[in-house]
Amino acid sequence: MTLVWLILIPFIGGLLCWQTERMGTMLPRWIALGTMLLELAMTLGLWLYGDFRLPEAGGGASQWAMEWRVAWIPRFGIDVHLALDGLSLVLIALTGFLGMLAVVCSWKEIVGRVGFFHLNLLWILGGVVGVFLAIDLFLFFFFWEMMLVPMYFLIALWGHSGSKGNTRIGAATKFFIYTQASGLLMLVAILGLVFAHHAATGEYSFSYDDLRNTPLSDEMAMWLMLGFFIAFAVKLPVVPLHGWLPDAHAQAPTAGSVDLAGILLKTAAYGMLRFALPLFPEASQAFAPIAMGLGVLGIFYGAVLACGQQDIKRLIAYTSISHMGFVLIGIYAGTQLALQGVVMLMVAHAFSAAGLFILSGQIYERLHTRDMTRMGGLWGRLGSLPGFSLCFVAASLGMPGTANFIGEFMVLFGTFPVAPVVVAVSSVGLVLAAIYSLFLMQRVHYGPAQGEEPLAGLDRREYTMMLGLLALVLLFGLYPQPLLETTGAAMSEIQRLFADPALTSTTLPMRAS
Amino acid sequence: MTLTTTHLVALLPLILVCATAIAVMLGIAWRRHHAATVLVTAIGLNLALLSLLVVWQVTPIETPLLVVDGLTIFATALILVSALACTTLGHAYLEHYTGPAEEFYLLLLCSAAGGMVLAASQHLATLFFGLELLSMPLYGMLAYAFHERRSLEAGIKYLILSAAATAFLLFGMALLYSQTGRLDLAGLASGFAEDNAWALAGAGMMLVALGFKLSIVPFHLWAPDVYEGGPGPAATFLASVSKIAAFIILLRLVVVSPAFQGEWLQETLVVLALATMLVGNLLALTQSNLKRLLAYSSIAHFGYLMVALVVSDGLAKETAGVYLITYVVTVLAAFGVITVLSSPYGGADAAALHHYRGLFWRRPYLTAVLTITMLSLAGIPFTAGFIGKFYIVALGVEAERWWLVGGIIVGSAIGLYYYLRVMVTLFLVEAGMRRRDAPHDWGVRAGGVVVMGLALLVLLLGVYPAPMIEWVRVLAATSIG
Repeated sequence: MTLVWLILIPFIGGLLCWQTERMGTMLPRWIALGTMLLELAMTLGLWLYGDFRLPEAGGGASQWAMEWRVAWIPRFGIDVHLALDGLSLVLIALTGFLGMLAVVCSWKEIVGRVGFFHLNLLWILGGVVGVFLAIDLFLFFFFWEMMLVPMYFLIALWGHSGSKGNTRIGAATKFFIYTQASGLLMLVAILGLVFAHHAATGEYSFSYDDLRNTPLSDEMAMWLMLGFFIAFAVKLPVVPLHGWLPDAHAQAPTAGSVDLAGILLKTAAYGMLRFALPLFPEASQAFAPIAMGLGVLGIFYGAVLACGQQDIKRLIAYTSISHMGFVLIGIYAGTQLALQGVVMLMVAHAFSAAGLFILSGQIYERLHTRDMTRMGGLWGRLGSLPGFSLCFVAASLGMPGTANFIGEFMVLFGTFPVAPVVVAVSSVGLVLAAIYSLFLMQRVHYGPAQGEEPLAGLDRREYTMMLGLLALVLLFGLYPQPLLETTGAAMSEIQRLFADPALTSTTLPMRAS
Repeated sequence: MTLTTTHLVALLPLILVCATAIAVMLGIAWRRHHAATVLVTAIGLNLALLSLLVVWQVTPIETPLLVVDGLTIFATALILVSALACTTLGHAYLEHYTGPAEEFYLLLLCSAAGGMVLAASQHLATLFFGLELLSMPLYGMLAYAFHERRSLEAGIKYLILSAAATAFLLFGMALLYSQTGRLDLAGLASGFAEDNAWALAGAGMMLVALGFKLSIVPFHLWAPDVYEGGPGPAATFLASVSKIAAFIILLRLVVVSPAFQGEWLQETLVVLALATMLVGNLLALTQSNLKRLLAYSSIAHFGYLMVALVVSDGLAKETAGVYLITYVVTVLAAFGVITVLSSPYGGADAAALHHYRGLFWRRPYLTAVLTITMLSLAGIPFTAGFIGKFYIVALGVEAERWWLVGGIIVGSAIGLYYYLRVMVTLFLVEAGMRRRDAPHDWGVRAGGVVVMGLALLVLLLGVYPAPMIEWVRVLAATSIG
């Protein structure tokens, strides 16, 4: 039941926020904060008392630390089937933490319709937790699509309208159509898999464990894998399918950007790790060179475009694309080290991107612009904010000592035995990362000042928020072991599923080069 | 053959509805009383609905003209529920009408009876009879607010185009009769020779006529004007009862009759389905009137539903059933909100999108209902529409009709745009626009209660669809053909 409560708590909290709005604007904020705190506390409790070490080799025991299952639509063998392992635990904890940050950072930014805002915010988080826990494919799809609706409202109703036709409603609609249409492709792929399973066994099932053993022809497996891949690739985003991301980030309120970059993008990586790879190992192996190529493309495309941005939030959005390129490479490298690096990088990117988005939100509250040409020389005028900016920019470019460094290093290190060329090329991306990071610092905080009078410094709420984030970035940068131990079992399971066919027949073309 | 008591029991719902129609007519002749008329109508329809439980004991059963099987019971139940919803909405809509309001329910009952006959027909004579009995009262219902130019226009437009469709239907029947010498569906099936061009032409012409009623592209041109002009409850009836009945008979024809299973007609159905999905959704994009938008959306939805006609085996009947339920519940709720917000004395219905701007801040629960219906029409999880769409996609994938699956995906993606547009309008900050508002106590009135109930049903079916699926499966299993 604990798993059900993990999903239900944000939904119930959201409804409470909506209904208590009439009693004042502060109550919904406190309720939302309490809800996310409870969520985080439950997850940490599970982590303390749970056992996420490696299961026995060969996997006789269940791979899940916790499981909950009840029949839902018996006609198609659909269950409400939730399960938790190290990977989902880490990501849910991340969701709880970033959820708290999202609530706190909109404390002063959101002034209208506070209750309904927090309803949407909490429902997004509830949907995301559902995605991380569901291992029935129907249920997974259910949450995957459901979480788009509150995100749409968040951007469309509380977003900022940019200049020249870049409206928030346009951005929200673009986001929704991109993800929903690609989601339908995934639905088709899920159904294709289910009917293939039905043809082989005569039973309908949407269960992850059943479908994993479905016999598929190579061609069929490839098509179905592509259905999953495209849905996840839109959300990650992988470069030719990224069109929604910069707009959505630029127009979203700060809390929306934090959720988008911190959590929603991670659902895509999670989907690849949990479903695309284990369900279609052979097809994924065959597709790996292309996926890695797309990853490299993403690294460069994101980094180069980030250098040319005027809007601070668009710049950070493009850096996200670049970082997700590393994640994609790591996932399709499929070695234990690379996969562990992917988890590390996801967590690190969530912290650093959230930090940068919150900082740019705070700058916006003070200067009422996100245009970098109208900033400059903020160092010394803004109290401790530029200092925090420097720290998070350093984290974002992967400075040793920060969690991002561990993540990127492990991804590249783990990928090298499989695809040395990819690693060599994408290492150049790290240089570009340094360039756009320095651009950001230079344009916003150094250079000639636009005015003399000092602006309001960080208040206690903002200071605590940034300090907490920074502490986590450094903690995982200096001592990543607890995180790696938690996800180790889950990652080695994925690695085993992914690598098995490679041992028998296929070898990566990359290896030859 | 002689009619036995069993046959009469099987026809009980039809008899009850007709008896109610007569009772209403006599009541009007004696003394006009709006509330009492509504009450009698509602009681009659409820009794008919209850009698289905008895009918269930004797199915399947046939007379030469009508068949009462699972499919009939399914269609009858949906028609009766829709008619009940329309009655309740009509009460809210016509409450302060100064002209004669009572005849509306008479027309509604007659039309519902026509729909029931049509859905149960297994003979071309009853098919024709049912279709006309369904359509004739609808002309009157659509033109009911005849002091409104648009309402009158809607009625006359529907009358003339419907007459043209009827001509097609009769010509098609005549061609089929000339080739087989039979008029019952089973006889048509046995007497039918492959590659008989005249019979094929006949089948095609019948398809045109039924396609007109379902507003399938390219026979859809009347739909937006008629929906927009007709009074709220009449448009609701047109979007629900009329479409259910016409679709069920088309399903029967396709499943039973080999004339509709030929290669050529199958291909035609595929092309029509694709065109209907895409054109319906594309034309809806630029609409700024909610009723017109729903008309186009309804066109698109029947495009999706036609996948069940194309496949017509395996999961097809179950899919058609589930999709019809989810569609009808959603569309009743959507039109219900429009009707609750409208009344024929404030000019035309409140259908322009700007009437709905910022509705959330005045009427949060009514807005929630409309939002849920839009999400359901778009097929988003937690709503009934998602289950329907899931079934349709599943059917397409199972039959490996990849073109149709592609059409559904593209259509849905386009559709999202206008559903989202409606949704976000509801939540935008109110500008100084002319207000159209529901009465303050809408939530406790019959119309409001129905609308809220339907919205809850949409959510319930979306979250816990298992009972509905079981019910449809049982009914599909006992249908003939």
